[in-house]
Amino acid sequence: MISMDTKTIDEAVELAKFEQKIANEEKIEPSDWMPEAYRKNVIRQMSQHAHSEIIGMQPEGNWITRAPTLRRKAVLLSKVQDEGGHGLYLYSATETLGITRSEMIEALQSRKAKYASIFNYPTLTWADIGAIGWLVDGAAIVNQISLQRTSYGPYARAMVRICKEESFHQRQGYEIMYELAHGTPVQKQMAQDAMNRFWWPSLMMFGPHDADSAHSGQSILWKVKRESNDFLRQKFIDQSVVQIEVLGLELPDPEIVWNEERGHYDSGPIDWDEFKRVINGGGPCNYQRIKHHKKAHQEGEWVREAVRAYRLKQQTKNVA
Amino acid sequence: MNQEHLAVYEVFVRSNRGLDHKHVGSLHAESPEHALMYARDCYIRRSEGVSIWVVESSNITASTESDVENFVEPMDDKPYRHATHYVLPEKVKNM
Amino acid sequence: MNSIQTNEENKTSLFRFVVALADDSVILSHRLSEWCSNGPYLEEDIALANIALDYIGRARMFYQYAAEVEGENRSEDDLAYLRTEREFTNLIIHELPIGDFAFTMVRQFFLDVFYHLYLQELVKSKDQTVAAIAQKAIKETRYHLKRSEPWIRQLAEGTTESRDRILLAIDELKEVVGELFDMPSWEIELVEAGIAVDRQSLKPAWDKHVQAFLSASDIDFEDTRLQITGGREGIHSEHLGHLLSDMQYLQKTYPGMKW
Repeated sequence: MISMDTKTIDEAVELAKFEQKIANEEKIEPSDWMPEAYRKNVIRQMSQHAHSEIIGMQPEGNWITRAPTLRRKAVLLSKVQDEGGHGLYLYSATETLGITRSEMIEALQSRKAKYASIFNYPTLTWADIGAIGWLVDGAAIVNQISLQRTSYGPYARAMVRICKEESFHQRQGYEIMYELAHGTPVQKQMAQDAMNRFWWPSLMMFGPHDADSAHSGQSILWKVKRESNDFLRQKFIDQSVVQIEVLGLELPDPEIVWNEERGHYDSGPIDWDEFKRVINGGGPCNYQRIKHHKKAHQEGEWVREAVRAYRLKQQTKNVA
Repeated sequence: MNQEHLAVYEVFVRSNRGLDHKHVGSLHAESPEHALMYARDCYIRRSEGVSIWVVESSNITASTESDVENFVEPMDDKPYRHATHYVLPEKVKNM
Repeated sequence: MNSIQTNEENKTSLFRFVVALADDSVILSHRLSEWCSNGPYLEEDIALANIALDYIGRARMFYQYAAEVEGENRSEDDLAYLRTEREFTNLIIHELPIGDFAFTMVRQFFLDVFYHLYLQELVKSKDQTVAAIAQKAIKETRYHLKRSEPWIRQLAEGTTESRDRILLAIDELKEVVGELFDMPSWEIELVEAGIAVDRQSLKPAWDKHVQAFLSASDIDFEDTRLQITGGREGIHSEHLGHLLSDMQYLQKTYPGMKW
């Protein structure tokens, strides 16, 4: 009984210290005491972020061998490679919370962990590569910039590095769109079509409206998330409209109109049924993405086994 | 399904000559030599460094937060170790 | 650039020589890029992409120079995307499908050892542009070799399965390595002019290096008399056509557009 009481008191003290740090905008570091729910919340968000980077390699990877020029090929390969790198930074930062990468991969493959739903859409034409770089990375950057101030130290630091690297991702996507939009009518149509398809899923990337967001409240209180879904979404819409006008493409949403009073663009309703359907496995590529990941992982198994066996043999040799 | 046999390495990068190596993250590798090569491929793709250290995470001994009281705080009460502790006569502007 | 030959015949030879080096690089980079998102683990996935990027860079430099030598207003992309199966003159070893990780790494090992020897000579080329490209490439290749050797070692000595896969890959690749040392007539000309490298002369050193390295893992590497050749003449494996139809798809479907 006594020990339990002490434990409760200790925990209360620790919790108070923890909350003080959050209030003071101090970062939480791996070895710090933290409430179990905070740990879980950060693991959920970070691993989901990491999985998104990794699964996100696939739709763009689909065009690496078909990139139309050598420069585009080099750019696209290095971009997709960067996504892998970002996945690595994020897995690495998540591991500081006591979960292993294999546990995270297992959660991804068994669909316990989610990833950004947008990657469940197919890349059908070259313009899709432009649209993804511009809109999807653009939306991700809006979100990630705010996450540079997240309360978990390793996450914040990974975000700083990732934001620095991602600025070229969005630009290369926009450059592709610009070239197409100013090319032949066929190319312009290709660009318009890609933007129309990726626009709505990009808006959905920010998650449900604030009122309907399951995890948002606590995440904001703990400063894991720094801005609300709707705030960030609005920011993205506002910045994109100008960019669409420069491309000379038609707006993907006829209801987009400047609202003088709000100082923002108004826009049409998002199809949340589609969002739910895709995030719960009903998108065109959900099955394919996980299958691809599992296949690569399984085919790599013998390589990882060999590495382990070789390492053990070397250790035995060194001891002997 | 598992990757546990690859050890976790912490990566430190010196971004320029004259600067300290700074922790940048970690990675999985089968040996220190491989860890070094992967660190090159994963952490300095944009020439962010001129030198890299890798060290197996399990080889790091770290202080913990619960130590803070006995371990770090006693260092707090020695203000005389800081230059600002000493008031210079006004005529001496810099020292 | 001052290195362009004035002699017409020499010019044709130089073009064929440089464009073939570009073809080798672009085709190998294409294969390596297929590993992206398919690697055995993340770190290796990222590392392989770096090697693919090195080869794309090499291809671009050689194509740009080839275009300049040719002087017909063709761009690097015209050369890469608008030539046909029979016009591509890469050596066959570069075009074979990636196979499993063992196949990919054995191919890299064979090529890394080769390019290590080859580029060391090519940096001495009297053609300054060729020499400069070789100078850049050799730094990359030194690193590639530093990576591929430990991979072969670990896989050869890891598990029974990994060893079997390595042995199979060596067996499959054995019959396409000989072509690396063949000298087409126009290259012989350029060797005499101090521009190209005598590939044949590199064979003993390559054999020695590969044999010594593999024998340390108890693998006998014997030269096979059967060698598949023809790449430099545009006679390829059936795989190249598929690779090109993939790679050139956009340029061919929408001719003359800018991307």
